[in-house]
Amino acid sequence: MKTLSAQEIFEKLKGKFGDGVVSLQTESVNPPFAVVPPGSIQEVCRFLKEDPDLLFDYLVCISGVDHKDKFAVAYHVYSTEHRHRIGVKAMLPHDNPVIPTVDVVWKAAIYLERETYDLMGIVFEGSCDPNRILLPDDWEGHPLRKDYIYPEQYHGIKI
Amino acid sequence: MTEPISKEALRTDEWTINMGPHHPSTHGVLRLELTTDGEIVSKARPSLGYLHRGLEKIGERVAWAQFMPFTDRLDYLAGMNCNCAYAWAVEKLAGIEIPERAEWIRVLVCELNRISSHLVAWGSFCADMGAFTPLLYGIREREWVNDLFEMVCGQRLTYNYARIGGVSHDLPPGFLEKTKEFCDYFEPLIDEYNRLITYNKILVHRLKNIGVISARDAIEWGLSGPNLRGSGFAYDIRRAEPYSVYPKLDFNVVVGHADRGTLGDCFDRYLVRIDEMRESVKIVRQVIDRIPDGPVMAKVPRVFKPPAGECYFRAESPRGETGFYLISDGGTNAYRLKIRTGSYMAMNIFEKISKGVMISDIVALIGSFDIILPETDR
Amino acid sequence: MEPVAATVYPNYDSVGRAILEAFPIIDFLPVWLVALVIMVVVAACAIVFILVFEGVGSLVLRKLAGDIQSRVGPNRVGPYGCIQFLADGVKLILKEDLKPAACDRVLFRLAPYLAFVGSCAGLVVIPFAVGMIAADLDIGIYYVMAVSSLVSIGILLGGWASNNKWSLVGAMRGAAQIVSFEIPVAMSIIPVILVAGSLSTQEIVRSQGGLFGIFNWNLFHNPFLFFSFFVYLTAAQAETCQTPFDLPECESELVQGFMTEYSGIRFGYFFLGEFGELFVVCALATAGYLGGWHIPFLDAGNLGWFWGNLLSLGVFLTKTFTLVLVSMWLRWTLPRTRVDQLMRMCWKYLVPLTFFNLLGVSLWLLIFDGKGIPAMIAALFG
Repeated sequence: MKTLSAQEIFEKLKGKFGDGVVSLQTESVNPPFAVVPPGSIQEVCRFLKEDPDLLFDYLVCISGVDHKDKFAVAYHVYSTEHRHRIGVKAMLPHDNPVIPTVDVVWKAAIYLERETYDLMGIVFEGSCDPNRILLPDDWEGHPLRKDYIYPEQYHGIKI
Repeated sequence: MTEPISKEALRTDEWTINMGPHHPSTHGVLRLELTTDGEIVSKARPSLGYLHRGLEKIGERVAWAQFMPFTDRLDYLAGMNCNCAYAWAVEKLAGIEIPERAEWIRVLVCELNRISSHLVAWGSFCADMGAFTPLLYGIREREWVNDLFEMVCGQRLTYNYARIGGVSHDLPPGFLEKTKEFCDYFEPLIDEYNRLITYNKILVHRLKNIGVISARDAIEWGLSGPNLRGSGFAYDIRRAEPYSVYPKLDFNVVVGHADRGTLGDCFDRYLVRIDEMRESVKIVRQVIDRIPDGPVMAKVPRVFKPPAGECYFRAESPRGETGFYLISDGGTNAYRLKIRTGSYMAMNIFEKISKGVMISDIVALIGSFDIILPETDR
Repeated sequence: MEPVAATVYPNYDSVGRAILEAFPIIDFLPVWLVALVIMVVVAACAIVFILVFEGVGSLVLRKLAGDIQSRVGPNRVGPYGCIQFLADGVKLILKEDLKPAACDRVLFRLAPYLAFVGSCAGLVVIPFAVGMIAADLDIGIYYVMAVSSLVSIGILLGGWASNNKWSLVGAMRGAAQIVSFEIPVAMSIIPVILVAGSLSTQEIVRSQGGLFGIFNWNLFHNPFLFFSFFVYLTAAQAETCQTPFDLPECESELVQGFMTEYSGIRFGYFFLGEFGELFVVCALATAGYLGGWHIPFLDAGNLGWFWGNLLSLGVFLTKTFTLVLVSMWLRWTLPRTRVDQLMRMCWKYLVPLTFFNLLGVSLWLLIFDGKGIPAMIAALFG
């Protein structure tokens, strides 16, 4: 077991991907986020999981955040072996939030991504189960978006 | 002689059965679409969301402190754990130090609530297995804990006890003695439960080798809490990423050890919960002995505005990891409040391990995961 | 002229004769009328008995559940809740009789009656007392086995006609279970028939009378019979779908299984049938193994028809209700088995065991010339 700090983990990422990882966000953020471009999220995650010094085998959480002009997808990962943690963040454009899925890396992502899609409307490309989960399949809109307009009725039932 | 029956005539169909959303063994409004071949389930697809109340959206609309009562509704069997997890998360985000006594009180009520939650989990699991009596015993002991909580905060189910910066009330006089009394009363009962039902041959045969999850799979699928420890992997956030005063306390992380069948089967998950109650009693006893005096509330401004920032806090609740991902933009409300719960992740693996089991085992699986639907649906 | 009552019920001497002496006019009525009246009266008695048994039984069941589960149980209607069952009965009758829109109407209505009739028809050959038996058929045991199969038809029909998949699963389980467990039940009652040399239940009970009190019971006749009593109880528990083998109902999985769609009095009939069946199997166990109505060290036949019948009825019911209580006690204690485990238990363990046991009993009877252990011990001491 060798616990690495977020800075060291970021250095390793930087060493592997070079400009593929953008920056490390540490200011008033706990745990710190490595910000990566959406396109390389799969490779980064696979590296995080498989590199013997990192071994991030436990995907804790995937959260979508609506920053009004853009979306962020935050992945919190943890290593049960080395007991260190880091966040990975990808920024998506607001008009077309699409990001490759990571359920090929961690199975835990299936439900977390479904939820993020359902409530935030972020599309996970290549997901093995790209359906809504909490809301009905025919629900319109994604409630956790900041510009969500509350519906008046659902199938003729007043809400 | 009659003609041999052609394969075509003997063709059997699978059928789809709807289990839930109102079904006694789905522990709430869970719906499962079962595809079965007679009694053998070939696929069980969970359909969640019947209890979705949009708690995360509500969290963005109400002030930080106002969200506290909503956390009770996350996991109504372990309201204290959710209360405290949220409070800890906000304090971590805002960098608030809370008084020592408040930390101890929180740990005390969390562990008491863990006992009561596991009691219900145990009882309803046994009821799912057809033994109705243990449920009543579990409820009977839970009443003790409810009485204690009523002393402490006036509520028996939705406590709303933790506050950002401490807890709402100090412990009432006589509370610690009563708690000690409960520990003395309760600890021998765990052995009685084991004699009563745990090693009952029928129960063991119903549970062993059913729903086996290897430790690797459990981690891969994001299980946490007793479900992960049932697979033999000693991972407890109270130890792995200690928070509050847990580092000062002496307790063991209970893991499954293939007591009767394969490692990681339903019986292991069942036993983990039973043994965890013992450990919780141990913690409660230590807290009673060592709880310091002092204030229970830090100075927190009435209009609470944490600095802009992000924070992910995880706490070990009875159903696994309860995580709060909080984003503050410096305002009175959360900018984003994401809740990660143990039951939700347990439903993730459900479809995988329910292949090829029987309808009765589906019930055993749901019971062994100890899911609670307000937590999955939020 | 042969007395009419005796023609109708040749084995019913004591009660029949007493009635005949009290109302000599009976001798002048046509035979068919007397037979009809007797049938109706006896049937009414049986129905009333089973209703009362069901009512009191359900109350005892709930009180017992309360005791075991450290709570009070019903305590609102009457002192100690003792007329709760009347309230339950009124509720069952008054509740709306719902039928699913897409059910098979005829079969749906028919099924509860079949289940009820199947379980209660067994009462005909139950030897309640020395002179109290509805009909002492020569094929008594065989008859019980035959009519109790009607229950499985009732369950199957009920599940099928409900047009509900869960009900159908329950019905299939029920049918499979009842049909399977008929075999061990029958095979474990046959040793008794071998010992008594008769299929008539009254004859079986009579064969257990004698000087040694309870050691005349078939239970203590020889080790094989002792064993077979417990096999019978186990298999009967399964055949009547009691916990831990209540798979057809199985409230935590199938939500009452074949009964899901039934409400009101139709549900009540299933419920009654269940209790009736429980009583019949326990009564058979009493008659077959526990000496039936025999009062230990007392010959019920010599006590006069009133006291003889009354006392022996009391003895019989005491023994039977004890067995019923054991069954209820099990019900609140044990978890439920799974359907494949149940079938495995039946076909891989109980069926071979009962066959082996039957062989053992036959050999015993052959070798020791029909004598049981108590009889042999008695012979030792002269």
